[in-house]
Amino acid sequence: MRMGVYHRKLDLKNGCVDLSHGSGGRAMGQLISSLFHEAFGNEWLDRCNDQSAFDVSTGRMVMTTDGYVVSPLFFPGGNIGSLAVHGTINDVAMAGARPLYLSASFIIEEGFRFSDLKTIADSMGEAARGAGVSIITGDTKVVERGKADGLFISTTGIGRLADGLDLSAEKARVGDRVLLSGCLGEHGVAIMSRRQNLAFQTEIVSDSAALHGLVAVMVAAGGNGIRVMRDPTRGGLAAALNEIAHQSRLGFRLWEEAIPVKPEVAATCELLGLDPLHVANEGKLVAIVAPDVARSVLAAMKAHPLGCDAADIGEALADDHRFVQLSTSFGGGRIIDWLSGEQLPRIC
Amino acid sequence: MKYVVEFRNKTIAQGLAGAIGAEADLRRPYRFMEFCGGHTHAISRYGLEDLLPANIRMIHGPGCPVCVLPASRIDMAIRLADRAEVTVCVYGDLMRAPGSQGQSLLRAKALGADIRMVYSTLDAIRIAEQMPKREVVFFAIGFETTTPATAVMVRLAGKKRLKNLSVFCNHVLTPSAMHSILKNRNAHDIGRVEIHGFVGPAHVSTIIGTEPYESLAEEFGKPIVIAGFEPLDVMQAILMLVRQVNQGRHEVENQYSRAVKREGNRRAKEEVLDIFELRDPFEWRGLGLVPNSGLKLKQAYAQFDAEVRFSMHELHVADNPVCECCAILRGMKRPVDCKLFGTACTPETPIGACMVSSEGACAAYWTYGRLRDYQPRRMS
Repeated sequence: MRMGVYHRKLDLKNGCVDLSHGSGGRAMGQLISSLFHEAFGNEWLDRCNDQSAFDVSTGRMVMTTDGYVVSPLFFPGGNIGSLAVHGTINDVAMAGARPLYLSASFIIEEGFRFSDLKTIADSMGEAARGAGVSIITGDTKVVERGKADGLFISTTGIGRLADGLDLSAEKARVGDRVLLSGCLGEHGVAIMSRRQNLAFQTEIVSDSAALHGLVAVMVAAGGNGIRVMRDPTRGGLAAALNEIAHQSRLGFRLWEEAIPVKPEVAATCELLGLDPLHVANEGKLVAIVAPDVARSVLAAMKAHPLGCDAADIGEALADDHRFVQLSTSFGGGRIIDWLSGEQLPRIC
Repeated sequence: MKYVVEFRNKTIAQGLAGAIGAEADLRRPYRFMEFCGGHTHAISRYGLEDLLPANIRMIHGPGCPVCVLPASRIDMAIRLADRAEVTVCVYGDLMRAPGSQGQSLLRAKALGADIRMVYSTLDAIRIAEQMPKREVVFFAIGFETTTPATAVMVRLAGKKRLKNLSVFCNHVLTPSAMHSILKNRNAHDIGRVEIHGFVGPAHVSTIIGTEPYESLAEEFGKPIVIAGFEPLDVMQAILMLVRQVNQGRHEVENQYSRAVKREGNRRAKEEVLDIFELRDPFEWRGLGLVPNSGLKLKQAYAQFDAEVRFSMHELHVADNPVCECCAILRGMKRPVDCKLFGTACTPETPIGACMVSSEGACAAYWTYGRLRDYQPRRMS
């Protein structure tokens, strides 16, 4: 809602959110207008309706939703805002779809600084524009101090699937290749480096990025030869591949030496007793690809800026146990299991 | 990762594997126990058993402090954390360790207890300083490796005159547990232990040195090779054990000479001796009561002893009778021989000591090793 003239401008430098900003009154209108519309600006929001109407093309649409509770809110390489845009875009893109629209819902704790909220909203706007996606509707709620840890964001994404494209885990077949788009573990390690009780010096920044551009070149190269794609976020590559193994009733064998991990990430994981295969990513994807198109899909990935470290890391096997196995760089073998318990809460 | 990647070199590993294969006598079995969870982890993580001849079997010992902490001590900590005035600080891997009746610190925290995960004893001091009106208790666990850090914390707390910090002490001693395993004193109906040698502790030995193992090697006639936690360390130690067995020797040898001295770390040992004294006996999950195996704070530091300060009562919780940890920890059975393995007892719902932490024998086998010989049970 845009309410016209206000008595006083929001004090973006020193002010903070209070309960009136969630009350539905003029203060809320001012907050939405001054911060969110300003940051997201597009033709839909400019109409100031409680919803937005958009044209639908023929064919299949894709929809997904995700909540973001990352702690801390600001981390090297991004913040909760850019993450909330990239993460949901990526969930749409993993279907092979082109993301079009987002909604954004904010749950804000009273006392949250306008300046931080503006930084977050601005980076959401920037991330959305960078991805060619519009945030066309939203919601703002304010809760009492102590009832939310600063800010939670929920985003929903809608995208359009190219005609005839249908990616799904059960389409994986024995002999399919496992392609990974880049180095593992950067998001998780960047977050850890800013945790209050863990702070350590590192140059590592989160890999948070929108992957639909990379997906588009992969789909162009491989079409339905790409069986399924996942972005390995919480639980890392281990969780993503175990999910696919479970759904496809296949096993996988990976080659440890083929899996790209930056030395800084490997060293941090070593220090903290973590396995990079379990650490979260926010700008990587793993694709199960038919062997006849694997080479061309991998070449397309490597030619894209977000896939320059892409690698063929393994293959699908017939396996009733649905194990994800690893041939270690040491010459032995082991299982890559789901992570038990919680390695690190509130990573996204 | 200097000083790490060198110890994970595939070519050297293949050379060592070749030497082990050439020197191991095919006519006899070799059963070596790696005492420490760190070794278990390295063996599983790098798939070392794939590089060993079939007649060399590694037995995963009880050397994971989270695993061997009995349910009764977890229950005691939960009771403490339930007190309104108390904040309990713990190392993170203890959060999921099972108490009795499905209790854990993680669950207690979810139900409102103030339990904080810390990475060092200094974090506990910081928390105590930040919250002077709360009683902060450090839930101290671990072998000789972590005991000096707790000792330093107590000393610093005294120096800072902190009145609101105390220790719930569960520190245990490695040589006593090795002695218990070899003597088989608490095992019931599991027969004689067939262990031909030990891959000895790495980090523990940096503190206590190699000397405390000498009487064990002598008394039981078993070779002990102190080894580092990197996979090449373990491979080399196995080769050294094979040679000792073949030559009929039973000595303490030090593969981990880059970090371990015979006399250990004198300064750390003095810190520990100053603050702690023996507690006899102490209960281990899976091993039962082990003589001379636990530590408690000396009388002079009673003000920092949570058990004194809060008049904590000893609890007793029996291990699950079906659980085979007792036999698995002694190498008499394998994880798959246990009826609970992979059914009621999984890493998500651990019952026995061996499944509790990722370094436990069953958890390591579940996570890394099932591939080798896991057969799904058929419903009968």
